[in-house]
Amino acid sequence: MTETVDRPMVRFEGVTKRYGSLTVLDSLNLDIGRGEKVAIIGPSGSGKTTVLRMLMTLERIDGGVIWVDGEPMTHMQKNGKLVPAEAKHLRRVRSKIGMVFQHFNLFPHMTALGNCIEAPMTVLGLPRREAEERAADLLNLVGLGEKKGHYPAQLSGGQQQRVAIARALAMRPKIMLFDEVTSALDPELCGEVLQVIRKLGSEHDLTMLMVTHQMGFAKEFADRVCFFYQGKICEQGEPRELFTAPKNERTQQFLRAVLEAV
Amino acid sequence: MIWNWEYTIEILPVLARAAIVTIEATFLSFFIALVLGLVLAVLRMSGPIVGWLASAFVELVRSTPLLIQIFFLFFVLPRFGIVLDAFTAGIIALSIHYGCYCSEVYRAGLEAVPRGQWEACTALNVSSWHTFKNIILPQAIPPIVPALGNYLVALFKDTPLLSAIAVLELVQTAKNLGSENFRYTEPMTIVGVAFLVLSLVSAVAIRWLERRLNRRSVR
Amino acid sequence: MGIPSLAAMLATALIAIAVLAASGDNAIFMPGLLEGAWLTVRIAVVGCGLAVITATAAALCRLYGPAPLRWLAVTYVEFFRGTSALVQLFWLFFVLPDFGIFMEPFTVAVLGLGLNVGAYGAEVVRGGIQGVQRGQWEATTALNMTRWQALRRIILPQAFVAMIPPWGNLFIELLKSTALVSLITMSDLTFKARTLNDFSMQTIPIFTLALLMYLVLSLTITIGMRWLERKSLRGMVRGRGR
Ligand SMILES: Nc1ncnc2c1ncn2[C@@H]1O[C@H](COP(=O)(O)OP(=O)(O)OP(=O)(O)O)[C@@H](O)[C@H]1O
Ligand SMILES: [Mg+2]
Repeated sequence: MTETVDRPMVRFEGVTKRYGSLTVLDSLNLDIGRGEKVAIIGPSGSGKTTVLRMLMTLERIDGGVIWVDGEPMTHMQKNGKLVPAEAKHLRRVRSKIGMVFQHFNLFPHMTALGNCIEAPMTVLGLPRREAEERAADLLNLVGLGEKKGHYPAQLSGGQQQRVAIARALAMRPKIMLFDEVTSALDPELCGEVLQVIRKLGSEHDLTMLMVTHQMGFAKEFADRVCFFYQGKICEQGEPRELFTAPKNERTQQFLRAVLEAV
Repeated sequence: MIWNWEYTIEILPVLARAAIVTIEATFLSFFIALVLGLVLAVLRMSGPIVGWLASAFVELVRSTPLLIQIFFLFFVLPRFGIVLDAFTAGIIALSIHYGCYCSEVYRAGLEAVPRGQWEACTALNVSSWHTFKNIILPQAIPPIVPALGNYLVALFKDTPLLSAIAVLELVQTAKNLGSENFRYTEPMTIVGVAFLVLSLVSAVAIRWLERRLNRRSVR
Repeated sequence: MGIPSLAAMLATALIAIAVLAASGDNAIFMPGLLEGAWLTVRIAVVGCGLAVITATAAALCRLYGPAPLRWLAVTYVEFFRGTSALVQLFWLFFVLPDFGIFMEPFTVAVLGLGLNVGAYGAEVVRGGIQGVQRGQWEATTALNMTRWQALRRIILPQAFVAMIPPWGNLFIELLKSTALVSLITMSDLTFKARTLNDFSMQTIPIFTLALLMYLVLSLTITIGMRWLERKSLRGMVRGRGR
């Protein structure tokens, strides 16, 4: 396979996901470009989280192929055919992806610094000093240089989420996934987390995929917005366009409901 | 010869008789333990001094081996002129030991009944004895039946300790048979299997009971 | 009960032992009883070590092992929980020689009690591991850790904290069941109390002293485990630690 600059960073190709008889994602096609920032919006239960979790290999897929950086992730090529991926292959592709969870999922028995050096040391095999330097830089980046020695329980929700972002970044991913990273936070704490994401977007060459309910943020930050409805992308486009003049009726309904709620 | 069937058939009736002793000891002790446990639980919740004494007693019993408690009763009671046969002394020791465990279970059950139930009865001018007996206990007992059931099984598995004071229950009988015939494999293995089967059956029964009780309380 | 009141109880028990030992001729029982207590402690400590190891191994096999190991673990747990500790000891002690397997009584004691308590411990370990939130596993996947790395560095340390109190109870159970080894000819504390009683007939002081010694050992375990729990929770719970 040859390197091509314009091949997408992530490609969902006819991806289907079912839970029992419930089809959550119905042969989804979605390309995400290198360095692109894509916001996913949509009503509850429309499959937004599922998209991210499948990309993070937290869920098996029932059909289709996910490509990452030009390589099939869920499958691998063997004798010219695509076969389901082995653990080793998954691990290699997974190293390009980082994820931040709605409920942080920090390791409660480790300090902020401990959380950030754990995987670099055990997975990447960095020596402690190097891992600590990297973690300290990242904690500074998210504005928590002073809180290195604090345990998650000693941090506010916003601070915990910023540690979680630093932890994911410490693995130097090319793609970052954010699943409603502010929805477990009090409104006044959302700002600090969004600020960090903004900074990441402008300073780093990361591909970002975020599920969010914060339309304002999506509008200002994303290059593209995808509206999900019942496991399908109902409408997508530039934020200005999609938010001001949605074409699809469902999108209109959804945006109206969201705006009313605010 | 690894397993002697002739010998097995010969000792089975003897072991069956011993099994009856084991089962008698189990149920008799458990019955007393249930009553004693309730008394201890009530004592622990009544008044600071009585409560503390009862708690200390429970703590002491739960912190020391059942075997030495059996010896203690068996050898000490005669000092006070109370001469008991081994079976009775053993039953008393088992009852006290498990009574203390049961008291913990009762306490948890009683504490789980909402305070409002007591208050409602006070408001209705029902006497506290009546409240306890007719209102509180009927609510406290069903949720703790499985926990008590587990102690029944535990008690059953502790009855072999009575062999230490020569009560002819299953294990002592097996031991005697073994030393008479210079062959322990069959009697000890049979006893082991008997315990295994009975405990597994009881475990299933308790799980069944638990499900039934849960279903009722959800409704 | 909190650590201070447990410590007070421990002190009271120690004083009671000292007072009882000093009164009358009771002092002559002390060397024998202490010797027995020392053996009890040794069996309990080695037995607890064995119990923790087998419990962890059995739980891991049951949760993550291939089918044959899983079945082996289930059988082990159900078998040892289903039969009584004394039957297991007697079986090891009386029946194995029929098959030409002879073991030191100490080995029999440690093996019997350790495996017995280990079977109960396996369920504690399993519960502890399963009690760790799923999000923790997901975070380790997102950080590309292997399952074994996740288990060792993230899941087990958290499960450990939740397992401390139930293990404290199991250690006490094991300590108490060491008394059973007196029935397979070992001179532990219970055995010493019995023999001293047989030839002196000073039943009440001897057995009271022995009971108090067991109480001291149990309380030591309880206090130790409480301390361990508090120490491992440091930082993990709001309002504690730094
Ligand atoms: N483990 C599961 N088992 C069964 N059904 C599931 C499971 N996980 C998700 N689902 C279902 O899949 C659908 C999509 O879920 P998903 O979490 O992707 O929704 P979402 O768009 O993220 O919603 P929200 O905005 O509420 O987070 C839902 O209908 C949900 O009930
Ligand atoms: Mg979601």
